[in-house]
Amino acid sequence: MHLAVQDLGVARGGIAVLEGLTFRVEAGTALILRGPNGIGKTTLLRAIAGLQPSLNGSIDTPEDSIAYAAHSDGIKQALTVRENLEFWAAVFGTGDINGALDAFALQPLALRPAGALSAGQKRRLGLARLLVSARPIWVLDEPTVSLDVDAVAMFAAAICAHLEAGGLALIATHIDLGLDADILDVAPFKARAPISVDDAMEGFL
Amino acid sequence: MSLWEYANPVKFMALSGRILPWAVWLSGICLVIGLVWGFFYTPDDFRQGSTVKIIYLHVPSALMAINVWMMMLVTSLVWIIRRHHVSALAAKAAAPIGVVMTLIALVTGAIWGQPMWGTWWAWDPRLTSFLILFLFYLGYIALWAAIEDNDTAADLTSILCLVGSVFAILSRYAVNFWNQGLHQGASLSLDKEKNVADVFYQPLLFCIAGFVLLFVALVLLRTRTEIRARRTSAFLARERMG
Amino acid sequence: MKALLTRDLRLAIRAGGGFGLGLAFFLIVTVLVPFGVGPQSALLSEIAPGILWLGALLACLLSLDRILALDWEDGTLDLLACAPLPMEAAVSIKALAHWLTTGLPLVIAAPLFALLLNLPSAGYVPLVLSLLLGTPALSVIGTFGAALTVGIKRGGLLLSLLVLPLYVPTLIYGAEAARRGAQGLETSTPLFMLAGITFGVIALLPFASAAVLRVNIR
Repeated sequence: MHLAVQDLGVARGGIAVLEGLTFRVEAGTALILRGPNGIGKTTLLRAIAGLQPSLNGSIDTPEDSIAYAAHSDGIKQALTVRENLEFWAAVFGTGDINGALDAFALQPLALRPAGALSAGQKRRLGLARLLVSARPIWVLDEPTVSLDVDAVAMFAAAICAHLEAGGLALIATHIDLGLDADILDVAPFKARAPISVDDAMEGFL
Repeated sequence: MSLWEYANPVKFMALSGRILPWAVWLSGICLVIGLVWGFFYTPDDFRQGSTVKIIYLHVPSALMAINVWMMMLVTSLVWIIRRHHVSALAAKAAAPIGVVMTLIALVTGAIWGQPMWGTWWAWDPRLTSFLILFLFYLGYIALWAAIEDNDTAADLTSILCLVGSVFAILSRYAVNFWNQGLHQGASLSLDKEKNVADVFYQPLLFCIAGFVLLFVALVLLRTRTEIRARRTSAFLARERMG
Repeated sequence: MKALLTRDLRLAIRAGGGFGLGLAFFLIVTVLVPFGVGPQSALLSEIAPGILWLGALLACLLSLDRILALDWEDGTLDLLACAPLPMEAAVSIKALAHWLTTGLPLVIAAPLFALLLNLPSAGYVPLVLSLLLGTPALSVIGTFGAALTVGIKRGGLLLSLLVLPLYVPTLIYGAEAARRGAQGLETSTPLFMLAGITFGVIALLPFASAAVLRVNIR
């Protein structure tokens, strides 16, 4: 179980943003991505999660092993907390959601409609979804936005539990989560000569 | 010398630049010959009078309306399979030409129908099919216009063209079915068998050739413009990257 | 897959608008037609099948952009793309949910509204049958259109422009079946064609819709 990328390049809107990325994350470890805003961290994480194609290079992960969490939490306002989690648990084929509810202190809120939650509570629900997805690789984009100190601690505990169970995590975050994790600054990988998505574009200039 | 070489924009611009003047001149000559000959130097039809001469505009434009869509279908497939930008831009460039051809076909069809039917519009199967085709063209053009990212627009519009083509064929049969009970055999469409006399047919050939060449000239011109527009935005993007 | 269906149905019911809105619109169209064309029952009888079909079609159109736009906005589509569920299955389920909450109620309500338009008694069964066979196609085609316009701001009008020409074959065969039935004629040909289109569309169009969604998610 590992996540490896080799000489990876990603593009946003047809223009290359990052190139030449090579790293490997082993089971039980986490890798933290840092870099200035707009450098392409979100684009990189989406490419690794399989939501968009990469420009060049390779991404090596086992099939269907990634759980992705980003800015939008995928929460339906009209469903209760419990119903939201049960939906995702059913989609990913896992059963029990109580562990996830407990990990993020959502049990007292379980029957409340998600629309009535505060921003921090919604984010906790979004992160709880990771626990019911039962996938070994977590790809997280700024997961701690809206979380207060206690919630960040809950989240860090959840990650530690995940890593101890043999999972791995790739996290873009500015916060120090207190994890014993490597940090990768992606700023040096900024794409130099803007190569565009298709070679034919070169012919345009 | 493979046709795929011209997927390279630079080569395409070079070749199209050479072809374009020829296409413009030849289409102009054919159109002038065909239309003048057809309108002024052919005898009036004993039944329909001189209005039948509208076929010199109606038939070529109707043929082109369909052929342009088929060209868009082929170029859309090329984009989907081989992702050549020139192909996608050619489809985008062809669509407005196709919509105008369809409009000409509809208007000339109505003009032809008016003396015969006493009405400016009849839900004749062929006219109706062209009306539906007109709507398909509009939707395609609107989708290109609504999407900002070029590659996304090319992908979505090419899928729309494919699905639309299937439905256009379905509609053709549906419309025939829909109208079959009403006006058997009295459609406004030109029956080649009826007007096979050379005296009508030859100027028609010139008109058809003229329209085809006109389309070639226009689509090359518009594709070149699209390529230039892309170059400009690529320059701007490069500047933004610093 | 069942979970997605249950969730969408639940959301549609709780949203309040979906269920009732389509039916209310259908009713309004049915009521407005006599005001538009005059109350002569003979005329209304003749155009009733067509009007009912049109009303059903437009009512379906109303709720189309909600199928996917909401999921797009709150990030659910991204997450579904990562899930073990194939995109083709997801769009088919979405179309099914749309049909269950919009198309099927229309089919059930149609005989009632047909009363208002003096539909001849022979016409009721063909009307319901044609709507039953045709409305699933409207949902699946509508989902394709919704997928195309999911990322576009205020895409509702463009959605209508794209989808209505695609509705033409279904409308022609469906209304023709209803019309012939009302006149007591044979309806098997249009019904077969209608069924053919519906089944073809259900089997094949999800692939196009899924491809479109993947492009938009990129």
